[in-house]
Amino acid sequence: MKTTTKTLGSALALAATVALTSGASAADEAKFRLGLVTFLSGAAAGPFGVPAANGAKVLIEALNDGQVPAPYTAKGINGVEIEPVIIDEAGGTTKQVEEYRNLVERQKVDAVIGYISSGDCLAVSPVVEELKVPTVFFDCGTSRLFEENKTPTYLFRTGPDAVIDNIAAARYLIDTGRKTDSIAGINQNYAWGQDSWADFKATMLALKPGTKVVAEQFPKIFQGQYGAEISAISVARPDVVHSSFWGGDMEALVLQGTARGLFDGRTGILTTGESGLDRFKAQAPNGLILGARGPFGALQPDTALSKWFTALYNAKTGLQPTYPTSKMAQAILGLKAAAEKAGAKPGSLPSKEALVGAFPGLTFESVAGTVAMSRAGGHQALQDITYGEYQYDKKADKASLAKLKTYAGDCVMPPDGISSADWIKAGFPGAKCN
Amino acid sequence: MTTAIAIGMDGLIYASWLFLVAAGLTVIYGVMRILNMAHGSFYAIGASAGAALVTWYFANVDGNAYWSFLLLPAAAVVAGVILGLAVEQGLLRFLYRQNEILMVIVTYALLLILEDLTKLVFGVDPYFAYQPYGLLGRCEIAGLIFSNYDLMLVAVSATIASGAWFILNRTVTGKLLRAVVHDREIAMAMGVNVSAMFAATFVVGATLGALAGALTAPAISVSPGIGVEVIILAFAVVVVGGLGSIEGAIVGSLMVGLSRAAAVHLAPEIELFVIYGVMALVLAVRPQGLFGRAAARKI
Repeated sequence: MKTTTKTLGSALALAATVALTSGASAADEAKFRLGLVTFLSGAAAGPFGVPAANGAKVLIEALNDGQVPAPYTAKGINGVEIEPVIIDEAGGTTKQVEEYRNLVERQKVDAVIGYISSGDCLAVSPVVEELKVPTVFFDCGTSRLFEENKTPTYLFRTGPDAVIDNIAAARYLIDTGRKTDSIAGINQNYAWGQDSWADFKATMLALKPGTKVVAEQFPKIFQGQYGAEISAISVARPDVVHSSFWGGDMEALVLQGTARGLFDGRTGILTTGESGLDRFKAQAPNGLILGARGPFGALQPDTALSKWFTALYNAKTGLQPTYPTSKMAQAILGLKAAAEKAGAKPGSLPSKEALVGAFPGLTFESVAGTVAMSRAGGHQALQDITYGEYQYDKKADKASLAKLKTYAGDCVMPPDGISSADWIKAGFPGAKCN
Repeated sequence: MTTAIAIGMDGLIYASWLFLVAAGLTVIYGVMRILNMAHGSFYAIGASAGAALVTWYFANVDGNAYWSFLLLPAAAVVAGVILGLAVEQGLLRFLYRQNEILMVIVTYALLLILEDLTKLVFGVDPYFAYQPYGLLGRCEIAGLIFSNYDLMLVAVSATIASGAWFILNRTVTGKLLRAVVHDREIAMAMGVNVSAMFAATFVVGATLGALAGALTAPAISVSPGIGVEVIILAFAVVVVGGLGSIEGAIVGSLMVGLSRAAAVHLAPEIELFVIYGVMALVLAVRPQGLFGRAAARKI
């Protein structure tokens, strides 16, 4: 209850900040107006949207106060105060396209950071190029983004492509010597779940030909009850159970699956499982493999910037940052790094063209290690990804991740010019793995 | 053989949950002729209240863990009675003479309002009130492991179904209710306090919705938006069985539950289709549902 109250308090404080700032003059050149789009309502708000919004609030406050350690010591962005304008991502793709136009044309934002849903990203991306405003997608993972938009100018994605989640998951299983003769999957019945399973299955078959696929379940998103699916997978007796479930669905699967022995004597791997780390407690089995869609949240590398952000976020919210929080912080730092690289005088804003010109090829430090904008012509981030095993210490009532294994972006992400499906099928040509 | 047993068990467990969710919806429609879209909110608020109370209990009270089994229905009853009374007395009683379509729109608006209210009261962070789910342990049937909590829900559903049938068919209150269902105006003319019947029915329906949520809470992550998801399934069940019929809700739940379980085991790619396929098939043969009565239109 205490945690919820704090989270709600932070969200309300952010909403109040937005309410106070939304009336500011669009022509106020002393501020960098930053549109932030994330789920503030609906099922994705609790596990993703609100932690991301809170991460933005905490980091923007620290940036405006000039409290962020090197290399981000300049206040705000290039010495200009950041003024957030936050809107809710809920409501579907048509609404989001309208909201994006409002942000640009009426709210006169200088840049936009946002979007968790891949559907929203795909719908908004053509409008980004039409309205010519620097826009950073911080979380959505669809591989189609730059396969469909081959010549982006104003659009960037600082979070990794989702294909790395599943290629790294398969590599982790094999590299850590798990029994992988037969695999089963339970994934949500829409593009995210089907693409995730297709990537994982194809990678397993490429890395270990002869792997048997014994069960494939695609329940409806937000179904909540997985009794029949758990039975069907248990009857098939796979060595590995893969799932890209997220949020409440993922946590319900862990709870019901553990109670029903789904993970007994076999390996479970959850590509987004890290977001439930603090809530699983004894309800998830030790040894369950969890990912964070990159080196985020509890899987952040042990750098000074990462430790500073974790401590600050914990002090402000009473919570540990989960991966949506870290990814939002990463997007803000990437935008700041690009804007400051653009060469405007300190205390002034670069032009939009200069900003988007500085982004491709940029390498910047984030709260989750080093990020290179080196794919999709410099518009897509390349970053490491880490997986680890869930361990719960009942006496200390503390969960952690052990046996961490990190894969370089070059090992798990296809080079430009080839789709992820073709890259996996071809045997990962050009992959640079340790 | 294992698959057949698994289909039977999974179907029964899912059907019992479906019945819990649909019972309140069909009771309210049967008596009041209101297709209550806000039933999903009653479910969500019951789940949030139950989960919040259980979370608080385990965090702050060093008592017997089994008390949590009483806290869940207690939270549901308090939430259901308060909400039911507030909605019926504060809004619906002014609209009883309106047509059914308008009531759908009114209760849909209520669903949206209550969803925001739930977030304001309980926050947007998910609740993970898992403790009661594991307390009863698990059992093995035909080589498959089942949670005893899920099996307990089957017994709870059967008890509620029997209780509802008994009250409606074997008590004076039930006879009065059936008189109101049959003809509201004649019942009123015969001295039945229809307003009180409506208020009591709505409170019972809301409490059943909240109870379904509270009893489901330990098995799921309780997060904003769960109410919207269940209302569609609940509609499918009551439409199959016949709007307003408890017997229909029982049979509808079993048909949908068993068909879905069979699809998950034998042809998972058509799992979603099966639920609505069953509904379409029943409606094609009996547009009023399996236990619904074809009503003559008053002119």
